[in-house]
Amino acid sequence: MIKIIAGRLFQLIPVLWIILTLTFFMTKIVPGGPFSAERQATPEVIAQLNAYYGLDKPVWQQYLRYLSKVVMFDFGPSYTYQSESVNEVIGRAFPISLQIGTLAFCIALVIGVTAGVIAAANKNKLLDYLPMSISMLGICLPTFVLGPILALVFGLVLKLAPVSGWYGLNYVPLHPAVMPAVTLGLFYAAYIARLTRGGMLDILNQDFIRTARAKGVPEHEIIFRHASRGGLLPVVAFLGPCFAGLISGSFVVEKVFNVPGLGQEFIKSVFNRDYPLILGTVVFFGALIVIFNLVSDVVQLLLDPRSRN
Amino acid sequence: MRDSTRAAPFADPVPVQGESLERGSSLWRDAWLRLQKNRIALFGLWTFMLIAILCLGGPFFTSYSYESTEISLKASAPTERIVLRTEFRKVGEPRESYLALSSLEDEFLERSPAERRAIKERVQNGNEFREGNAAYRLSNQRHVFGTDPLGRDLLTRVLIGGRISLAVGFAATLVSIAIGVVWGAAAGFAGGKVDTVMMRFADILYALPFTVIVILLMVMFGRNFVLLFVAIGAVEWLNMSRIVRGQIIALKNQEFIEAAISLGLPAYRIMFRHLIPNVMGSIIIYTTLTVPNVMLLEAVLSFLGLGVQPPLSSWGVLIDEGSRTMETSPWLLFFPAVFFTLTLFSLNFLGDGLRDALDPKSSKD
Repeated sequence: MIKIIAGRLFQLIPVLWIILTLTFFMTKIVPGGPFSAERQATPEVIAQLNAYYGLDKPVWQQYLRYLSKVVMFDFGPSYTYQSESVNEVIGRAFPISLQIGTLAFCIALVIGVTAGVIAAANKNKLLDYLPMSISMLGICLPTFVLGPILALVFGLVLKLAPVSGWYGLNYVPLHPAVMPAVTLGLFYAAYIARLTRGGMLDILNQDFIRTARAKGVPEHEIIFRHASRGGLLPVVAFLGPCFAGLISGSFVVEKVFNVPGLGQEFIKSVFNRDYPLILGTVVFFGALIVIFNLVSDVVQLLLDPRSRN
Repeated sequence: MRDSTRAAPFADPVPVQGESLERGSSLWRDAWLRLQKNRIALFGLWTFMLIAILCLGGPFFTSYSYESTEISLKASAPTERIVLRTEFRKVGEPRESYLALSSLEDEFLERSPAERRAIKERVQNGNEFREGNAAYRLSNQRHVFGTDPLGRDLLTRVLIGGRISLAVGFAATLVSIAIGVVWGAAAGFAGGKVDTVMMRFADILYALPFTVIVILLMVMFGRNFVLLFVAIGAVEWLNMSRIVRGQIIALKNQEFIEAAISLGLPAYRIMFRHLIPNVMGSIIIYTTLTVPNVMLLEAVLSFLGLGVQPPLSSWGVLIDEGSRTMETSPWLLFFPAVFFTLTLFSLNFLGDGLRDALDPKSSKD
């Protein structure tokens, strides 16, 4: 097991290198430059800016120079935030997205798995249709609709949570991470509920469950001890990218609640052609994806004895 | 294994020998027969077909185009009656414009309430009301779903938007299933180095910035829908492949696969006939989740200005626009959301039914 984990962590390096290289050249192909939108800039000023950031050199030289800095974990200065480096921008925005994402993940996992297991255990009965229909509403109400509704109810009417913003909001009882996390969490809860129900039903049809029932194992023990291990496999496979995606920030939710998280920074950097920030966030996200996919693969191995040999 | 477990109560009485046994109880025929017994799934199927037909054919039968605007009719509710206001000028043609009955009241704001009520009643009863060089009478124009802030017929826009949403939803979902299932199954079945390389490739794609890819594709090929399908489909298959791979790994060491291998069946046959049918449940469940996701992703892309452009629309865009005017004109959110929700619900009931119908073990029940 340790060998598998170490091997996968070692794969991180080539994977990140490929991601970095592909993104680097992709940003070079996209027309427009970071300074092309700057107002009142004479060609001389733009030329000087380009020279200052080394954008006047041939692309392969830029690439090598960039790569040599990245090896030392230096992602360079941000073009849009003149006084901040990319590391500082990520260091400022990521904790915010991490808090929202972790909370959202917990909400999604608890609600989703509970609803899915209840539904699977009561297949084609009211207790199946009810949680599944509610969870479908969670998918049908996209975050850009659910977000404003929640902000309206909990922010403006009940005055429990801030409507927007992040810093200096101590006058409301709820932390500013709660509303965005609920908005995101309900959406993913619906996902997880459906995957849980499907996976559990697959397992509950199998012979070893019938054997357990025949032996007289109580139903709750069948579901929690015997079926849940295999039944949660599809959920676990989904959770890796899900968690990585959640903690790296959702652009829409951050925009709705006006939270300065990583998702907003990334979209802004794409539209501003802030190359170092794009590359920095993409590599960061890539590392998160590989790591959490590894975690979910390891959990799958632990859960399912059939996968191990 | 397949033939013995999927004992076929509906199968034709074929002679029990060789290939013909297999043909007798084909996976899809059995599934279809089982699906027909599932009322909720059938209800989902018919509802979905109805919505699809409405969206495809409907816009030809509504009397309005999705792009023509009537500024004087901005954001009129479905319940409001439309009044034709004709202005007779001395020169040229009479000028006509439409008003909703509530805004007719605004026109007469300077009058007393009693007078206003009298005029409204007159018009409502089908009589003409003349004042100066203008005439008001009830129009035979109807906007069943009301109009949007630019005075466009919402019904037509919802149906046109449905075309885009359904097209994007299905094309992108099909692309993502096709790639995701084959990729995940191949990686899981092959195992070892092949598995590692294939799954790390998926990781790389997952990490690549979607927005940058879309901008890049738009720049290289210009705006068009096909690109939208390709871009969304190219991203959505990654989760599918992870889910399929995880299950294939759990299945491939089981006895029936060992039996298939020892029978000397080729790898593609084991994958497509023995492994994939056994993970069909998860595939279908994830497919029913991919469709709404794709439709919403399209809305997010449009939100960023990269998706469909006005005057064209999609359900996601209409819901997004409607959510902004939720307080003043709720019908703009309500109708697109109802269509969207109905589609997703019917797809999910259908998906659950298909899951049960395609489950190789379900015939035992």
